[in-house]
Amino acid sequence: METLEEIKSRAEQAVPGARLAIIPNANPVLPSSLLLDHEHAVEVARFLRDDPALKLDYCSNVTGVDWLDRVVKTKVKVKKEVEGAETEVDEERSESVPGFLEAVYHLFSMSLKHGPVVIRLQTSGRGTDNVEGTSKPLVPGEETALGKAACVPSLTPVYRSAEFQEREIYDLFGIHFIGHPDLRRILMWDGFLDHPMRKDYVAPDDYEYEPTAHGAVLEKAKRHAGARPGQDGCEQILGEGA
Amino acid sequence: MLEIEKPPTAMNSKIQGETMEVSMGPHHPSTHGVFRMNVELDGEVVVKLKPVFGYLHRNHEKIGESTSYLNSMPYTDRLDYFCSMTNNLAYALTVEKLAGIEVPERAEYLRVILSEVTRLQNHICLIGFLISDMGASGTPLMYAFREREKILDLLEALSGSRMMCNFMRFGGCRRDTPPGWLDRLRKLVDNFPRFLDEFEMLLVSNEILIARTQGVGKVSAEQAVNAGLTGPMLRAAGVNYDIRKVDGYGLYPQFKFRVPLGKHGDCYDRLMIRALEMRESIEILKQALSQIPEGPVINPKVKVRGLRPPAGEVYGRIEAPKGELGFYLISDGTANPYRYRVRPPSFINLTILEDMCLGRTVADSVVILGSVDIVLGEVDR
Repeated sequence: METLEEIKSRAEQAVPGARLAIIPNANPVLPSSLLLDHEHAVEVARFLRDDPALKLDYCSNVTGVDWLDRVVKTKVKVKKEVEGAETEVDEERSESVPGFLEAVYHLFSMSLKHGPVVIRLQTSGRGTDNVEGTSKPLVPGEETALGKAACVPSLTPVYRSAEFQEREIYDLFGIHFIGHPDLRRILMWDGFLDHPMRKDYVAPDDYEYEPTAHGAVLEKAKRHAGARPGQDGCEQILGEGA
Repeated sequence: MLEIEKPPTAMNSKIQGETMEVSMGPHHPSTHGVFRMNVELDGEVVVKLKPVFGYLHRNHEKIGESTSYLNSMPYTDRLDYFCSMTNNLAYALTVEKLAGIEVPERAEYLRVILSEVTRLQNHICLIGFLISDMGASGTPLMYAFREREKILDLLEALSGSRMMCNFMRFGGCRRDTPPGWLDRLRKLVDNFPRFLDEFEMLLVSNEILIARTQGVGKVSAEQAVNAGLTGPMLRAAGVNYDIRKVDGYGLYPQFKFRVPLGKHGDCYDRLMIRALEMRESIEILKQALSQIPEGPVINPKVKVRGLRPPAGEVYGRIEAPKGELGFYLISDGTANPYRYRVRPPSFINLTILEDMCLGRTVADSVVILGSVDIVLGEVDR
């Protein structure tokens, strides 16, 4: 199979305007991945599927990854004037990287029996629909309470096997796939509001349908009372006095 | 010449009169667990079918991310509870790929032996279930379970548990075989073809079975590839893709075996592919049992308990009895995986359940679902 660099340059030729980037794997022995831009993602995927030298006709695994807001610390050497003389001093700079979500696709070729080629799609933010307790579809670029809306284009029109897996990502990570034919929750029930695979998901204190106002559940509820109203249902557990 | 009018179906005529919505499941003997199909019917013909699942969902992946690498190993047993050995193997292989761990030869042989034994056990049960879905309640399933029981006894003697084996470790297997175990397995392998002959003679040429399965739930090769079908489902459609051959993981390149292929992609082919695959599994088992060397079963250099693989991401997969079972892991260098994902074969094989059932009757949709071979522990995770 061609290297990822060759695939990248050929895809950029075949799909004019496509902006692709190679994301290196932290472990150099293992394969790196290709980041697609939103506007041309479907076209690039179609190129990867139909190109006679690649024929990546089989999309095996589709999954989401959640990256929280993080601070990257770098050390920079800066020239400073100390007591008249110019010296080099180490200065620590921190840069905050806003959080985003990622959809990762593993493509193989069944006809040519090679692979995997890993492609990724990144959202511009972690914004989702569960804040006000409504479950309305998001529009790309929309601002929500959690930041920019988490939207990526759906690759289901190209790879049918992504249909249920993208639904699962929507359900568990809250990424909205634009162009998906049937984007509904798949594992959690319809009335559920949060997205449990997110790294900042807070599990409820009590999993029972009837509130269990005793034992470890009560202890947890007391700790959370007031801090996370509505999220854990601690008011229900503690009763009227909470 | 007499023209026989085709029965009205969703495919060849307009809907006649009102349709009826039926919710099949979640508690229904044909759904192999808690699984629901919302079916819209025109008379007896399926015009729309939406699978509903998640009743067994316990967020396996979240639990995997909040615990150490080793702690997820017994939990993988609960994914596809028929094939805990192959689940263990897929997870162990992926972590070994991530951390660059070598496996001793005897352990590799044991792994091949155990995956093929698991395949025998899974396929024999599936055939039993499928036939009981068609109305032959009891006898064929009990025949299959009788053979499965012998395999489960062996697994219990080896790992201490009949179904939740928890046997593989990063860098090998948990323990060596007890004395006499391999001989017991040899005896089982020698006797198994005779049982298969009997089973096939009784069932495969049965007129009712042929009428219920041939031409039912057809999938073309292009459709199967695009929908990500794997395992016997894919090969029944005539696509030659077996990960044991393609990736050649473990010791599989050393063994001689054939990959049975179907032609029509219907339920009958899926059934027969499984019957033929069992014969090939027996061939592999015979070769492995005659060649297995003495030696250690686990790499002593690996720190199994406090394993901290270097940062990076990896996708590992094996040919599990139901299809491609994959694990996707992202390590950030700590003791817990940052991302732990299971690619469950039976979940993705359900993607085109609706396409297979459209235009068929309700009774056919039960057979089609049976031929997909789902296990809800894996679909719902």
